[in-house]
Amino acid sequence: MPAHNSNKTQFYRLLVRPRQAHDPRSAGYLRDAHALGLVSVIGLECQDLYFIQGRVGRAGLRRLAEELLSDPITQSAEWGRLLLTDPHPAEAAQVVEVALRPGVTDPVAAQIVRAARVLGIQGVEQACTGQRFILHGQGLGQADLHTLAHRLLANPTIQRYALGEIQPVFPSQAQASGQVERLPLRDLEDAGLLALSNERRAALDLAEMCAIQAYFRTEGREPTDVEFEAIAQTWSEHCVHKTFRAVIELDGLLPGAAPGAPVSEINSLLKTYIRAATEQIAAPWVRSAFVDNAGIIDFDDAYEISFKVETHNHPSAIEPFGGANTGVGGVIRDVLGVSARPIAATDVLCFGPQDQPLDELPEGVLHPRRIQSGVVAGVQDYGNKIGIPTVNGAILYDPGYTANPLVFCGCVGLAPKGSHPRSPQPGDRVIVLGGGTGRDGLRGATFSSMTMDAQTGEVSGASVQIGDPITEKGLVEVVVRARDQRLYHAVTDCGAGGLSSAVGEMSSQIGADVELRRVRLKYPGLAPWEIWLSEAQERMVLAVPLHSLPALQGLCDLYDVELTDIGEFTGSNRLLVRYAGEVVLDLDNEFLHEGIPQRRLCARLGVPHPAGAGSAPPEADPNQRLLAILSHPNQASKAAVIRVYDHEVQGGTVVRPLVGAQDDGPSDGCVLRPQGTPGPQGVVLSNGINPEYGKRDAYRMALSVVDEAVRNAVAVGADPQRLALLDNFCWGDPQRPETLGSLVEAAHGCREAALHYGTPFISGKDSLNNEYRGPDGQRHAIPPTLLISAIAIIEDAACAVTMDLKQAGNWLYLLGDPAAVDAPQGVPGLPAYGPALYRALHQAMRQGWVRACHDLSQGGLAAAAAEMCIGGRLGLRLLLEDASPQALFGEGNACLLAEVRPQDADAFEACLENLPLRRLGQVTDEPVLDILGTAGGAVLRQPVSALLAAWTGEGSP
Amino acid sequence: MKPKALILHATGTNRDLEAAQALELAGAEVEIVHLNLLRRGERRWMDYQLLALPGGFSYADALGAGKLLALDLTAYFAEQVRLFVERGRPVIGICNGFQALVKAGILPGDGAAKATLTFNDAGHFECRWVRLSPLSQRCIWTRGLEQDIACPVSHGEGKFVLDDPQALDDLRQRDQIALVYARPDGSPAAGVYPANPNGSLADIAGLCNPQGNVLGLMPHPEDHILPLQHPRWTRREGGLLGLPLFINGVRFAGEL
Repeated sequence: MPAHNSNKTQFYRLLVRPRQAHDPRSAGYLRDAHALGLVSVIGLECQDLYFIQGRVGRAGLRRLAEELLSDPITQSAEWGRLLLTDPHPAEAAQVVEVALRPGVTDPVAAQIVRAARVLGIQGVEQACTGQRFILHGQGLGQADLHTLAHRLLANPTIQRYALGEIQPVFPSQAQASGQVERLPLRDLEDAGLLALSNERRAALDLAEMCAIQAYFRTEGREPTDVEFEAIAQTWSEHCVHKTFRAVIELDGLLPGAAPGAPVSEINSLLKTYIRAATEQIAAPWVRSAFVDNAGIIDFDDAYEISFKVETHNHPSAIEPFGGANTGVGGVIRDVLGVSARPIAATDVLCFGPQDQPLDELPEGVLHPRRIQSGVVAGVQDYGNKIGIPTVNGAILYDPGYTANPLVFCGCVGLAPKGSHPRSPQPGDRVIVLGGGTGRDGLRGATFSSMTMDAQTGEVSGASVQIGDPITEKGLVEVVVRARDQRLYHAVTDCGAGGLSSAVGEMSSQIGADVELRRVRLKYPGLAPWEIWLSEAQERMVLAVPLHSLPALQGLCDLYDVELTDIGEFTGSNRLLVRYAGEVVLDLDNEFLHEGIPQRRLCARLGVPHPAGAGSAPPEADPNQRLLAILSHPNQASKAAVIRVYDHEVQGGTVVRPLVGAQDDGPSDGCVLRPQGTPGPQGVVLSNGINPEYGKRDAYRMALSVVDEAVRNAVAVGADPQRLALLDNFCWGDPQRPETLGSLVEAAHGCREAALHYGTPFISGKDSLNNEYRGPDGQRHAIPPTLLISAIAIIEDAACAVTMDLKQAGNWLYLLGDPAAVDAPQGVPGLPAYGPALYRALHQAMRQGWVRACHDLSQGGLAAAAAEMCIGGRLGLRLLLEDASPQALFGEGNACLLAEVRPQDADAFEACLENLPLRRLGQVTDEPVLDILGTAGGAVLRQPVSALLAAWTGEGSP
Repeated sequence: MKPKALILHATGTNRDLEAAQALELAGAEVEIVHLNLLRRGERRWMDYQLLALPGGFSYADALGAGKLLALDLTAYFAEQVRLFVERGRPVIGICNGFQALVKAGILPGDGAAKATLTFNDAGHFECRWVRLSPLSQRCIWTRGLEQDIACPVSHGEGKFVLDDPQALDDLRQRDQIALVYARPDGSPAAGVYPANPNGSLADIAGLCNPQGNVLGLMPHPEDHILPLQHPRWTRREGGLLGLPLFINGVRFAGEL
C-alpha cells in the first residue's frame, strides 16, 4: 500500500470496556468457562480491542475512540500508540488477548476504515480487531490461562492469543507472486502419483491420477499447478459425488429382494435409486430435479419455489462459527444460483453430548458445547443479518458426533416461473459479483472429501472462513433485479472450488477464456492457482452479454456490490485461464468434466448392527419413563436455540417452530405465506432424521425418516400429493464395504419410501468420510445419518393446523396403528395404509375438522400427547384398550394424534373410513395428562406443569 | 392524494419490504429508496411526506447496532433530516432504524437526555412476540390508539438506557414515552422478562421526539398487519394489529 506521505506508518491501540458492572457478554463467557469445568475462574471481563495502522493525529484518535468505536453511555475508551498498559490492574487479575489471524475476514475492520473516511479522520490505512479478557480467580496459573484461551477464548484456527498484550498483524504487503509451478507426472510410477495426490491434499485415487497422467501424455506436456488443482477440485467427492455415481458390486441381498434373482451390481446410486424414483413418479409440478443448484417445484400459477440443503460438517468441526456461518451463506447462494429470492432457511444440527468431560475429548477436538454455541451463533449471525427467517430444524445429540458434528443448512427460494436462464452464449462476459478473493477456503472441496485427523485443524486452517452476510444481501438485491431485467444468460455461485468450479461448470458446454490478473483480491501475494481455487465467500459468477453490462454495473453501483469482468465465454469447448496474458491452464472440457474414471466399489449388505450401544433400559414406571423421554436432550425443548434465530423477518411466517397458548409447543413443521405472492397458497417445510435407527438398520431408517418428514408436513396441513423431498446422506468412509453397504441400503430405502408416498426427490447431497482418526489410532465414525427435508404446498395457508390442544371437550383420535407396524430391532417399516391415511387427513383438514394434529415419533403416543398438552396448557383424559409399554411409547410410522370437535366427529370419522382410527378420549380443562387402561385404573397421570418442567428443564409452570 | 413515503434502504437493511407493505396498506404511496440515490441527488428528501427507517443490520451492526447508519445520516444528510423533522413530517424508525435515530441524536432529541440502545440483558439476540401499550398522546403515531399492539421483537441490542436516570421524568413530562412493553393481559411488564424482553428502562419499547412526529421503536408492528401473522391465529386468537399505528402516521402525513 502506498504511503500517503513520507512519514513512517504508526500503529495505534484502542481499548473499549463496558462501564456497567454486569456486562451480559462477559457473564456469558464466565458461564461457558464454568460449563467447561474451568471453575477456578471467578470473574471475567471482556473488552474490545482495535488496532489501527496509519498516521492519525491526536484529535483524530480521540474522535475514533469516542465517536466511532465506543458508545459513550455504556462504554469507556482508552487509546494511544501501541504498548498501552492497563492503568489500574486489579489484584490477582490476569490478561488474555485475542486477535484474528491475518487474512481471516474481518468485516468490522473494513467498516472502521470506511467510517473514518466518512468522519473525515485522516490517515487510517488498515484496522484489525480483537478482544481483551481480564480474568480473576484463585490460583489461576499460566497453564490455566492457556487452557482457557485454547478451549474458550480463542480458536487457533482463526485467532491468535497472547497472555498479556497481543501485537497486531496486518496482511502482508508482498506483491502478487504470479508464480506457476509445473508438476512433472508423466513419468511417475503408481507410488509417485499417489504421493503427489497426497502431497497436494488432492484426495485423488490411483485410477484418477492415471487418467490425469494419460491426458497430459497425450497433450505432450506436464500440468501446471493451476491445472492439477483445478482437476482435483472438479473431480473431488464434494463436487462430482464419485461414490454416488460409482459402479458398486454388491455382496449380499438387498432388503426385500427376492432370493432368486439377486442384484449383483448397481451402476450409480443416484441413478438407480434417487433419480429413478423421481422419474417413475413423474410429478407434473416438478420443474427441476438434480440439474440445477437447487430443486424446483411449482408454487402457484405465477411462481416456483426452490429448495436446497447442504452440509458444512468439516469446517464446523474446526471453526464452528465460521463453518456454520459460511454453510448458511453457501446454501443461500445455491438458491440465488437458480435466480430465486431466498425466503426461508432451515438448520439441522448434530452434536456430541453437551456434558462430556473435557479430559475425555480426543486430541484436537473442540468441546461439543463450544461447537454447539459456535454453530448456533454462526447460523444466527448469517440468517438474521441477511434477513431470511430460520423456520425449521432439529438438534440431535450422540457421542458419535463429538469429533464430527453435522451441520445441515437449507434455503428456500421464490422466483417467477421460468425466469431462471441457464445457457451462457459465446461472447458473453464472465462477470464476478461480490467480495474480494483471498487465500481463504483453499482446497475446501478436497478437504471435505478426506477423513479428519488430529492435524486436520492445523493443516486445513486455510479452509475455514468467516462469512459476510451483508455483502451477500447486496448480491441478492442485484441478482434478483438483474433477473427481472433479463441482464444475464446464466448464473452460478462460487462455492467449494471457487472460480474453478463456477466458471468450469458454466463453461462446460462452450468454453471460456479468463484472465486471473483481473480478479479483485483482498490482499496481494496470491499465486494463480490460489486465485483460481480460492473459496472466498459471497461471490457469484454471471454470463452477461456485452450490451447488458452497463445496466448491471448500474445496479451494482446502487447496491455497493463490486463487479469484475474477468473474461469471456467462448465456443472453443476448452477452458483457458491466463495470468498476465500467459496461459496457466488449458484443458479440454470433455476431459475436465467427463474424464474422471467411474469408481468401482464393493458394498457388503445385510451386516448386522449391534443395537444402540450404551442405551439404558427404559424406566418401568410409565410416569417416570415419560418424564425421562421429555427431558432427554434429543426430545427436550429447543426454545433457547430457536429464539436466537429470527423466524419472523419477511412477514410470511404463518406457522412457527414454536406454537400454542404460550408460544412454546414444538411444531411439526412450518408454514409460510411468501410475501408478494397473490394467492392463498403456502409453503410447508419439515424434516425427518433418526441416527438411532441409522445405527441399527439403515434401510428401515431411510423408510422411517421419509415417513417422518412426510407426516410432519401433513400434520401442519401440507397436501401430501404436492410434496417433494431432499436427501442429505452423512456417512463414514465408503471404501469400507460394510459402510458402503449401509449407504446402499439407505438409498434403496429412499427409493422405496418415495415411491410408496409418490413424493419425488428434487435435490440431494452426500457428505462422506465423516470419520475421525484419533492419535490413538481409533476410528471415530458418525452414526449413518440421513436427513430428509420435505417441501410441500398447502392450497390455503389459512387451513394450516398446529399441534397444541385447543379446547376442552374436543375428542382426541389416534390415526394409524403403532402396534401394527413390523419393527425388527425397534426400527419400523412403512404400513401399507400410510398414503391413504395422509390423503384422508389432509381432506379433513381442508374441511376444518381438525383443530390440532401432532405426529407420533420418539416416545410414541405418550410423548405426543404430553407435547399437545404442553402446547395448549390443557389436559387429556385417554382410555386405552392396550396400555402396554409398546402401545404407550412404541414408535410406528404413519401415526398421528388429531383433535376434533364433537360436532365434526361424524364427518371426520367418515372421512377416514376404512383406515385405522381410534377415539382415545377427550381434552380437559384440568391441566393433567391422564391415561387410563380399560383393564382398570390409571396407567399414567402427570400434571401439565410437571410435563413442562421436564421438557424445558425449568421449574416454572 | 396519497402521501408519499420514503422507505430508506441502507446496506444491510432487510425489513424494508414489510415496512413498505404496512405503509401501503395504511394508505401511503411507498418507495424503497437506497441511500445512494439520495446521496447522488437522484431522489430528494423533501419530495416525500413520510420517512421510514426499517429494520435490518445496516453495515452488519459493526461497532454497535445502527451506529454506522447514524454516521451516514449525520455526515451526509444532517441538514435534510433536520428540515424533514422540523417541518413536522412523520418519521418512524423501527428496530435498526430506531437504533440509528438514537445514535444520530435525533431521538430523544432536542436537549433531552442522552440515550442509547444496548445489549439485551439476556446477552443474546431474541425473537419473540410481545405486547405493547401505546402511551404518548403527543406522538402522532400513537395518539388516540385505543388498543395495544401485539408484534414480534427480533433484536440483540434493544435495551433502552439513559445516561442520567433522572431524565426519565423529563421524558414522561414531555410525553415522549410512546410505547411500553406489557404483559399478555395488558398490565405493565414492570421490567419482568419476557414481557419486557430486553431489560429496557421503564419498559420503554418506543420513544418520540418532543415535537411528537418522530417515533422510534424496537418491536416490529409491520410484521403484524394481517390476521395470519398472529402467532396464535390457529387458536382463534387475534386482533391487536400493528396497522393502526401506520394508519395514524400516514393520515397525519396526508394532512400536512
